[in-house]
Amino acid sequence: MSAASSGLLRKKRARDTRFEHSNATREAPWVKRLVLSLALLFFGVFLLLPLILVFAEALRKGLEAYWAAIADPDALAAIRLTLITAAIALPLNLLFGVTAAWCIAKFEFRGKQLLTTLIDLPFSVSPVIAGLVFVLVFSTQHGWFAPFFQYWGTIASACRDGAPLAVAYPEWLACSVAPVLGDTKIIFAVPGIVLATVFVTFPFVARELIPLMQAQGREEEEAAIVLGARGWQTFWRVTLPNIKWGLLYGVILCNARAMGEFGAVSVVSGHIRGMTNTMPLQVEILYNEYNFAASFAVASLLALLALVTLAVKSWVEWKAEQSLDLNNDAQETSP
Amino acid sequence: MRALSFPLYLSLLAFLALPVRAELSLLNVSYDVSRELYKDINPAFAAEWQARKQARIEINQSHGGSSKQALSVAAGLEADVVTMNQSPDIDILVERGALVAADWKRRFPHGSAPYTTVSVFLVRKGNPKGIKDWADLARPGISVIVPNPKTSGNGRYTYLAAWGQALQKNGNNAAEAQKFVAALFKNVPVLDGGGRGATTTFTQRDIGDVLVTFENEAALIADELGDERFEVVYPALTIEAAAPVAIVDKVVDKRGTREAATAYLNFLFSPAGQQIIARHHFRPRDPAVLRQYAAHFPAVRTFTVESALGGWAAVQKTHFADGGIYDQIVEHP
Repeated sequence: MSAASSGLLRKKRARDTRFEHSNATREAPWVKRLVLSLALLFFGVFLLLPLILVFAEALRKGLEAYWAAIADPDALAAIRLTLITAAIALPLNLLFGVTAAWCIAKFEFRGKQLLTTLIDLPFSVSPVIAGLVFVLVFSTQHGWFAPFFQYWGTIASACRDGAPLAVAYPEWLACSVAPVLGDTKIIFAVPGIVLATVFVTFPFVARELIPLMQAQGREEEEAAIVLGARGWQTFWRVTLPNIKWGLLYGVILCNARAMGEFGAVSVVSGHIRGMTNTMPLQVEILYNEYNFAASFAVASLLALLALVTLAVKSWVEWKAEQSLDLNNDAQETSP
Repeated sequence: MRALSFPLYLSLLAFLALPVRAELSLLNVSYDVSRELYKDINPAFAAEWQARKQARIEINQSHGGSSKQALSVAAGLEADVVTMNQSPDIDILVERGALVAADWKRRFPHGSAPYTTVSVFLVRKGNPKGIKDWADLARPGISVIVPNPKTSGNGRYTYLAAWGQALQKNGNNAAEAQKFVAALFKNVPVLDGGGRGATTTFTQRDIGDVLVTFENEAALIADELGDERFEVVYPALTIEAAAPVAIVDKVVDKRGTREAATAYLNFLFSPAGQQIIARHHFRPRDPAVLRQYAAHFPAVRTFTVESALGGWAAVQKTHFADGGIYDQIVEHP
């Protein structure tokens, strides 16, 4: 083990310095410094400064005001809604991403190219358009499903008022499902927000897994099956361990976007305070109400979530690289 | 660990989804700059309802550009009441899906409008560009901030105020009025979606020499951001904007909330409601309350859409329909 890790270290050092040692690729020190300071300047002005500003503005009126802003019922509701949305969108996209990547990487079928292209659709479509499409489809007044909602709505109110029903099935049945179906809200309610979020975060997991699974090929799965493993066993014991880190990475990116999405969610939200505002929407509302400290307080929470996400992401990347290096090492040392 | 994580996840989800509100609630879908008003109206009404009915009531609010809000209601946002700043945004709910009864204007006093306001100018302290009246806004080199008349009632009133006073000045010559309004809108660098967006552009992003907005919004800016940065200018003649309210019949019938919704809107016309309205710099209908707050509301010559411009239906058709005069002005200035 120690021999392997010291070998890894040596190899790494050699890789880092080869570029610098060769005359052909070496640059004058001033060029190096110029490029470096330019990059740092951009980093400072466009990334670091705004981040610091968010926290500075949030804490301008002191810690007490900061806590009051976050403990505000509307802000808490926004935080809760954001967490719910992410908690529903993530598993859905995890499931979808794994199945889609599995299909594309391991099988040949007609329309594979089309499916690969379609997965990218949410990246290329503006989120606002995505939101509007959901409004058009799921509107209870003029959407595709409007007749369905209105039918059950009328039955529900007839049941409530005790009016006679003209239905071909038992009244008790109609009256037990009508209040639920008739009161179902999709857009301007939580389901619409979840739908919009699932849509915009669709590609993250699949995009991350497809190249990884394609690179790994089918040999290990084939070997497992030859050795007598069943489908599920192959997936849990062979495929999943191989894609574990890539999967986690995709989920983290997906989560960051799910919590931060503004455009699509804004269109379908309805902006009801304390009910259908997610954190990004709450930030905008507070800002528009001259409530700058509170607005930045909620924004700082979002930024904090982003930082945590970033930290976890780096850790996952490092872990993934490590497991890859060890694998390669093992392959190189084995005859 | 793996066996544990799924139930753990489910219980987390259940915990997050738990606080469902069961008691009586109303949703008030309103325009952009009425936020502060309803923040005060709602608890006052809830207290009155509690005293009278011994029951809790919760009012939820949604704010945005008024036409956008109306379209959301038309698309299924379940508003029990709509409180807008222009009639067309309620009329559209009559036309689309008959959400509101056609006679909504007769359901409450004063044409169902509990208060009015007027379009005024907000300029930077000391009025460095010397802006006194509408004619100054069309001067070359003046930058005017106005919300988008297509999506915001505030912007629509600004446009109509400019149009109406130009008509009066030029002996009802529509061609001259169009020339004037075109010159004014040429001076508009950004069209924000709602009144509050325009305020932010003017006060926070420091764009523009003058913001045309409602009196109440201008007063609020002075309250919130301090008097020392801005001052209000009253033009010689301006438009009076009545803010209409209506019950969304289809929704209250479905949700069984008609009684509460009616009481809520009636509260706006009550002395207590009118007091709150006046405190937020909206011009109350109640003459006694108006007298009490006379210092806030300088007398100003006004006209209304009905009195000078032939009513909302005509205005809608000639000015704001696709290809109407507003489109012509914006597309071919």
